[in-house]
This record gives sequence, C-alpha cells and structure tokens, in this order.
Amino acid sequence: MNTALYQRRKLANTIGVGLSMFAMVLGLFVLLWILFILFRNGFAALDLALFTQSTPAPGSEGGGLANAIVGSLMIVGFSVLISTPVGILAGVYLAEYGDESRTAAVTRFMTDIMLSAPSIVLGLFIYAIYVAQVRHFSGWAGSLALSLIAIPVVVRTTENMLRLVPGSLREAAFALGAPRWKVATMVTLRAAQAGVVTGVLLALARISGETAPLLFTALNNQFFSADMNKPMSNLPVVIFQFAMSPYDNWVRLAWGGALLITLTVLVLNIVARIFFREKVSA
Amino acid sequence: MSNIQAASQTASAGPSRREQPGHMQAIAARQQSQDFWFHLLTMTFSLIVLVSLVGILVSLVINATPALQKFGLEFIWRIEWDIVNEEFGALISIFGTLASAAIALLIAVPLSFGIALFLTENCPVWLRRPLGTAVELLAAVPSIIYGMFGLFIFAPLFAEYGQPALQSTLGQMPLIGPLFGGAMNGIGILAAGLILAFMILPFIAAVMRDVFEIVPPILRESAYGVGCTTWEVVRHVVLPYTQSGVIGGIMLGLGRALGETMAVTFVIGNSQRLVPSLFAPGSSIASTLANEFAEAGDFHLSALFALGFLLFVITFVVLALAKWMILRNEKAKGAKT
Repeated sequence: MNTALYQRRKLANTIGVGLSMFAMVLGLFVLLWILFILFRNGFAALDLALFTQSTPAPGSEGGGLANAIVGSLMIVGFSVLISTPVGILAGVYLAEYGDESRTAAVTRFMTDIMLSAPSIVLGLFIYAIYVAQVRHFSGWAGSLALSLIAIPVVVRTTENMLRLVPGSLREAAFALGAPRWKVATMVTLRAAQAGVVTGVLLALARISGETAPLLFTALNNQFFSADMNKPMSNLPVVIFQFAMSPYDNWVRLAWGGALLITLTVLVLNIVARIFFREKVSA
Repeated sequence: MSNIQAASQTASAGPSRREQPGHMQAIAARQQSQDFWFHLLTMTFSLIVLVSLVGILVSLVINATPALQKFGLEFIWRIEWDIVNEEFGALISIFGTLASAAIALLIAVPLSFGIALFLTENCPVWLRRPLGTAVELLAAVPSIIYGMFGLFIFAPLFAEYGQPALQSTLGQMPLIGPLFGGAMNGIGILAAGLILAFMILPFIAAVMRDVFEIVPPILRESAYGVGCTTWEVVRHVVLPYTQSGVIGGIMLGLGRALGETMAVTFVIGNSQRLVPSLFAPGSSIASTLANEFAEAGDFHLSALFALGFLLFVITFVVLALAKWMILRNEKAKGAKT
C-alpha cells in the first residue's frame, strides 16, 4: 500500500519537474529561433546602401534606411535628453523627500502603472495635446511620446538605487552642515551613479524598439529630413510599413532594420548589465 | 561644495569669525531657500508622471466625446464598425483584445510557472544566471520583431501544420468545435494569442521567479526535511506562500497582452467582422488604432479615441490590481518572517 503511494508521489514529481524542464527548453528554443531567423534574414539585407541611401519608392529596387536611421537616432536621442533629467529629479524626490508621504506613495503607484501602460495610448495622448494643436506630425511629438515611456523607467531605477545608498553616508554629510539638496546631488546621487546610468540605458533600450507611440506622432517621411518639426522617418514605423507591404525589396529592408534595432536593444541591455555589475561589485 | 567649505572655514577660523553671527545666518538662510527650491523642483518633476496620467484620461475623454455622445454606453456592445456610414461600436475590437489575451494567458501561465520552478528549484547553480538572463533578453526583444516573426515564419507553419491538427482534434469536440473551424490561413485571433503568449512569457516568468525566491529557505527546507518531493514543495509550500505575488505577475502579463500593439497587428488579420471562430481574422483595440488612426476623419477619430479610452481603463484596472497583489505579497512576507 505504501509503495503504491510512494510510486504515485514519485510519478507526480517526475511529471512536474519534467514539464518544467520542457517549459524552459521551449522558452529558450523560441528565443534562439527568433534570433536565428532575424540574423539570417537581417544579415542578408545588410549592405553599404542600407546606411547611405534613403528609403526607396514602392516597388523600386535598391535604396536603404539612412533617413530612418538618422530619424530614429534623433527622436530617441532627444527623448533621452528630455527624460533623463525629469526622471532623475523625480526619483530623487521619491527617495530623498517623499519617503512616507501620501503624494510619494501615489506617485510611485502611478509610475508603476505607467511602466506597463499600453504604449499606443501614450501616442494617442501626445496626438491629442500636441499634434492636433499644431496640426502637423513631427519628430518632437515622437520624442515626447517616447519620453512618457522612458520617464517611469528612469524614475523607478533612480529611486531604487538611491535607496541602496547607506543612510550613514547621508548622515555624515548632514553632520558636516551640508544642506539637503547638496546631500542629494553630491553625495547620494554620486554614490548611486552606476545604478542611475543603468536605468537610463535600460530606458534607452526600451524606447529604441517602440513602434506604436510613433505611429501617430512622428509618422513617417519618405525623404531624408533632420528637421524635428516635420514628420520624421524612423526605423520602427518604416519596418512596420515595409514588412506589411507586398514588395520584396521593402520586406528585405524591413528585416535589415529589424536586425539593427534588435542588435541595438540587446547590446544596450547587455552593456547595462555588465556596467552595473562591475561598478557595484567594485 | 563652496557652501560646505565656507561653513567649515567659518567654523575653524576661530573666535574672530564667530563674532559675526550675521554671516552664518546669511549662509543658513541661503541654504534654506536653496533647499526649498530644490524640494519644489524635484516634487514638480515627480508630479509630472501623475499629471500626465490624469492628462491622458482627460484628453481621451474630451476627444472621444462626439462618439460617446452619439452612441452612449451602447458603444461598448455595438457590433457595427462602418467607416463610410460613421456607425461605430467597440464589440469586435474588445472581443479580439480579450480573446487574444485570454489565449496568451492560457499558454503563457503554465509555461512561465514551469520556467520559474526550474530556475528556482532544479537548475544547477552555474546555469541559473545565464538562463535567467536569457529569459530577460526574451523580454527585451522589441514587439515588432515578434510581429514580423509571427507574420513571416509562424503563420505559414501554423496554417500548414498547426491549424489542420487543431481542427482534426479540438475542432471535432462538441461546443468548442466551431472555434477551430473555417479557413486556415495562419493569421487570426488564435495566431495573435500564440505570438502574444511568447511575448508575455518572460514578464510573467521573471515575476514568478522573483517571488519564489523570497520564500524563506527554512520553510522550503523543512518541507524537504519531512520527505516532500520537489513537486510537493512547490505545490504545497511555495505556491501558497507566494499566491498573491504569482497572481500579480499573471495580471501584469495580462496588462501587457491587452495593450500590445505591434505583435498583434501583424498577425491578427485586421478585419472588422465578428466570426465565431478563432481561426478567423479579427482585430484588437490596439490594432484598430494602429491601422486606422493616421487616415481617419473627424468623427472616425473620436470613435478611435473612445476605443483608446476603453483600452486605457481596462489595462489601468488590471495593472492596478496586479500592483496591489504584488505589494500585498511583499507585506505578508514582511509580517511572517
């Protein structure tokens, strides 16, 4: 009788553990499969023209993604410039001032919700308050929409990293008579530097691949343009448009762009990890 | 640094300086006003997040007003989506959103539970970090890549092997049979759900792994000590202990799945028709927005804003619940240990 029970428990365990291993293998398999397909199709599309020529007209041969690459760099770059100071200062407030206050608790909660809010709705919001008012799509609108995604990431990592700074460091600075703002900017922020930079890098990685919020803000531009006040070509929207098109050349360029974006995002993620690990263990 | 230096200089300068209390007071007053402004500055920036969240709700409602005024609450369950005659209803998009998210959860939850179980209980220590990182990288891959993968690689394979297999098995069953009928062209609500499943899998797995790790070792080891198998430890000790954290992680994944745009738009088929089959093309709220927004006229726009408002409210509720459950789990953990 006991052996039967024993056998049954053992069987249940084998099945459970076996299934969990299967899940892990399946997850890894999908990751590798996606990367394999992406690398095979992406590297086939990579050539010099991809970086030097602008997006081709429908159905024509050749062309590249130069305008989209420059546009993406500018939109994402300005977005980082906007979101870094805002995010860091907001994080400082949450960690240094708003410790237990109600405002801080609510802000923290809302920031966490913004972290996973549907990005397409953020695009709608910027469309309503900016694009619809000035009556044209623009690179700035794209930057603003991406900033709304990046800010919560920076806020939360900055706050978490500042909380890791030992309280004795703050108290030592206070004891020397330093005012609060100096303690925050020159002592704790400096001590948490590596973590804060990691947060900015992760935010950068997060917004580099975002497509949905750019659809109704930056829109797209078939031609090369470095004017942030006009509709601006950018990699994600070009990939979306080209991949859904019936033209082989456009689909080829879409894979090339997809490879560029994924490599950027993965490299940023890995750099952020290595950077964080080295600085923190040092 | 100049103020600290100035302050320490005054302190060490000896009696001659101490006779000038006005100087010290001036420094203190200046520092107080600097502190005041810095406090105000940081608070303003942290309120930006709050203000933008409220701003999103307000601006969506304002822009959706024409459509909401015409259709009222009925908008939610109206089936028509007729751009030419300006008859709009959200039911098709809501159905696509909920159905694809439900399919995604159905597949992603057991898989991520397995991955979290493996990473915390069975994985050799040297493999834990690389495998954990791999799962997190899966989460970092932009959603548009999932969409392209789904459209070009997954959909053809699914049409050739997956859908016939499903139709000859699940499709023959009573009640749910019709869900797996119809034309098999690879794209549709079921395909969107499958792609979504692998998109949200890493998010759920990462949260589950994190909450499994906060189970105090003493609980786990006591269970092993009385002779439990790994499965029993997870089923009867780890899971009950981390219950609300696990549910929170699942809801977080659900929030992602509901609002996901690109991965869905590529494979859902983008058709505004209600067909009682999961093989049929449909559309989700996000995919409708992505497809129609840039070319919409005024009234059409307001209907799309109303859709966006619905999506935001649904995901807000789901995410708020998720956050609350995860917080509750953390608090309970603090109380028990």
